[in-house]
Amino acid sequence: MIYHHQFSCDRENLQAVRHFVTKVLREELFPEEDIPAVVLAIDEVCANLIVHSHQSDPDGLIDLHLKVTPQNVVCEIIDRDSIFYDFSNHRNPDIEQIVREGRNGGVGLMLVKRLVDKIEVERHGTQSTWRLTKGSLRPTLPA
Amino acid sequence: MKISKLVKGNQTVISIDGDLDAGSSVLLDSAIEEAVASGHRHLLIDCTRLNYISSAGLGVFMSRVQDFEDQHIPMVLFGLQAKVFRIFQILGLDQLLKIVASEAEAATLAHQ
Repeated sequence: MIYHHQFSCDRENLQAVRHFVTKVLREELFPEEDIPAVVLAIDEVCANLIVHSHQSDPDGLIDLHLKVTPQNVVCEIIDRDSIFYDFSNHRNPDIEQIVREGRNGGVGLMLVKRLVDKIEVERHGTQSTWRLTKGSLRPTLPA
Repeated sequence: MKISKLVKGNQTVISIDGDLDAGSSVLLDSAIEEAVASGHRHLLIDCTRLNYISSAGLGVFMSRVQDFEDQHIPMVLFGLQAKVFRIFQILGLDQLLKIVASEAEAATLAHQ
């Protein structure tokens, strides 16, 4: 089953996004211990899009699709009016250097990489789709 | 998210209640800024009721570490729930920040 949630580019909406993801994964009996990782990974990508792609402009809209199977959850975060970000060029920052320099950002995508199993970013025109996949170790449920 | 401050002698305990994310982290940043500006030189961060943290919340702490070291202002976090501490561990921040279990330990460490 595919679940859909749309929200405007206001940081205040991140909590509702987290609630939506948590509710869906619990309803789908996704392993409880894996839910925080999925929630945080989605939060990080959404926050990045809100802040960097839309400068927190509430007129911007982001769509979130969750597809849960017995094997995994696939999360698609769709930004139809996104600035281009080439994720293939992303390199993990040096945390100690960030701390030495007193920077307060730059670790979100590193966190996402460590939380989910696969990250894909597709670009079509002005639309960016971030696809995060997190495997599930739950047993296959009887039909 | 709610932030509360309690001054105990020469230390300030800042308590975080709720989710620390890209929307709310500015509140914590301001609370820390105000505590230091008020002359409180020992900061204890009570994370007992911190339910969730994202990179924006981590950034508040990361951005202060070096500056506070230079100014000899100890900042100690205590009472982190396992699910929150795990996020610090994923990035290795548990090795770069002062994190202990209890307020008593935090007070001791801050005054060393």
